Amino acid sequence: MISATDLKLTFGKGTPLENPALRGMSLTVNQGEFVTVIGSNGAGKSTFLNALSGEVMVDSGKIVVDNLDVTKLPTHKRAGRVARVFQDPLAGTCEGLSIEENLALAIKRGQRRGLTSAVKRQYLAQFRESLSTLKLGLENRLGDKMGLLSGGQRQAVSLLMASLTPSSILLLDEHTAALDPKTAAFVLELTTKIIDEQKLTALMVTHSMKQALEVGTRTVMLHQGQVVFDIKGKEREGLEVKDLLELFEKQRGITVDDDSLLLG
Amino acid sequence: MLSEIAFYGALETGLIYGLVAFGIYLSFRVLDFPDLTVDGSFPLGAAVAAVLIISGWNPWLATGMAVLAGMAAGAVTAILNVKLNILNLLASILTMIALYSVNLRIMGRPNLALLTEETVLTPWYDIEFLEFHQVSVVLFAIVAVISLILLWRFMKSETGLAMRATGANARMARAQGIATGGMIIFGVALSNGLVGLAGALFAQSQGAADVTMGVGVIVIGLASLIGGEAVITPSSVMRALIACVIGAIIYRLAIAFALNADVLGLQAQDLNLITAVLVTLAIVLPGVRTNLTNRFSRKKA
Repeated sequence: MISATDLKLTFGKGTPLENPALRGMSLTVNQGEFVTVIGSNGAGKSTFLNALSGEVMVDSGKIVVDNLDVTKLPTHKRAGRVARVFQDPLAGTCEGLSIEENLALAIKRGQRRGLTSAVKRQYLAQFRESLSTLKLGLENRLGDKMGLLSGGQRQAVSLLMASLTPSSILLLDEHTAALDPKTAAFVLELTTKIIDEQKLTALMVTHSMKQALEVGTRTVMLHQGQVVFDIKGKEREGLEVKDLLELFEKQRGITVDDDSLLLG
Repeated sequence: MLSEIAFYGALETGLIYGLVAFGIYLSFRVLDFPDLTVDGSFPLGAAVAAVLIISGWNPWLATGMAVLAGMAAGAVTAILNVKLNILNLLASILTMIALYSVNLRIMGRPNLALLTEETVLTPWYDIEFLEFHQVSVVLFAIVAVISLILLWRFMKSETGLAMRATGANARMARAQGIATGGMIIFGVALSNGLVGLAGALFAQSQGAADVTMGVGVIVIGLASLIGGEAVITPSSVMRALIACVIGAIIYRLAIAFALNADVLGLQAQDLNLITAVLVTLAIVLPGVRTNLTNRFSRKKA
């Protein structure tokens, strides 16, 4: 379980560019939930994810992951509990390292690293097996440099790396946004498959309302650094993009003018 | 042409600068941390080893202390960068400048002679089948090979892999639970430890430690690294490390040839100019080569 309580964060405090990104954001995600997060540009989606992973520190509020208060912990100390896939396919892997070396880095996520060989023989069978589920033929290319792979392939491997060891929550930050439609569909399908099979708790930020309703068990909409609505279960079933928009306008009295949200 | 003595001399210094190149490979290539501390940690290693040898220490122990001193210098640079947020290049220049004073303090004067002292080389002179000028080459080759193997093993270890990830993609490294700040401190310390080792061995083979002996070490080390990479493509860690040693030896041989070829009219004082020209060529030439091949293949098509 992961809970964020009254998170506040302002960028560039005391400067003319002062920008309140989180204004009292609260959200509790229960074990096994797959939450999709939507919101227009500047709603605070990415900042919220960065706050959860520790890339940015909140000004006030509290973040608890599985009964541990992580609010003040730096990223690397949260990594054992928080797994992450970035929006940029190049960000989640090291292109100068081989596929097996990238996986070897991930299999030790959040654990002590010693002086024994990083790519151990007993890992290789596991690496091959998980890579073969991607059906990209990567299981025969363990020694290849990550840089030789396409963006979609690298994102698929990032996803695999994030699910190689158990975590309390998997954060997905618009991880299909930088891919072409076909590859994006493949990576999204892979995401839901991995989350279902391993019964992961996940938080997926997406730019598309359609995608937000199609996958997951719960949808949260952010606006101006706060949660504006939160739907799950029966209430969410059969909901369409226009219903979401109505819901949003009714609650806030604002018209959504971000085309990409509607068209995506 | 090159005399036998000059040839062995070039090999000897080449092997020592191979150690420097290992250090520079660690900081510049693995950690992406442009570190100029080496200009200070090289004479620091020499100074520590010389002072301890003169005061009666075992030369290998003295050399070990030189390594630790180098590591401490590297750690200072990295801490300035990681903890105090000083730009890495500037942090290393600050440490380098400070080390000039530190080195003078350690030695008590600008230079110390080691000619009459027992050094790591002394016992080797008694070996019958080795000629006097071959001794240091053989010993330093052994040191270089051992360092290479240890470094290679380290880079393949879990911690070494974490260090490589830190330099290649710090954000990803943090997300995998790697304390990138600590990794930078450890890596830059290790790098300067190797340079301290090189300084200690250099002082012992040259018979003196001098406070100015560090000037330009960074450029020579870079020349070795880049030159080596031009000859041996560093597609794996092992190849990259071998490239460091080969590059350093090629560099010293090239310098020796340039100084010995009377037709060129070059003299010893031209050394730094030649170094700068060689580094420039080593950086530019690989690009020119691909440019030319591209041009020719385009014409063919």
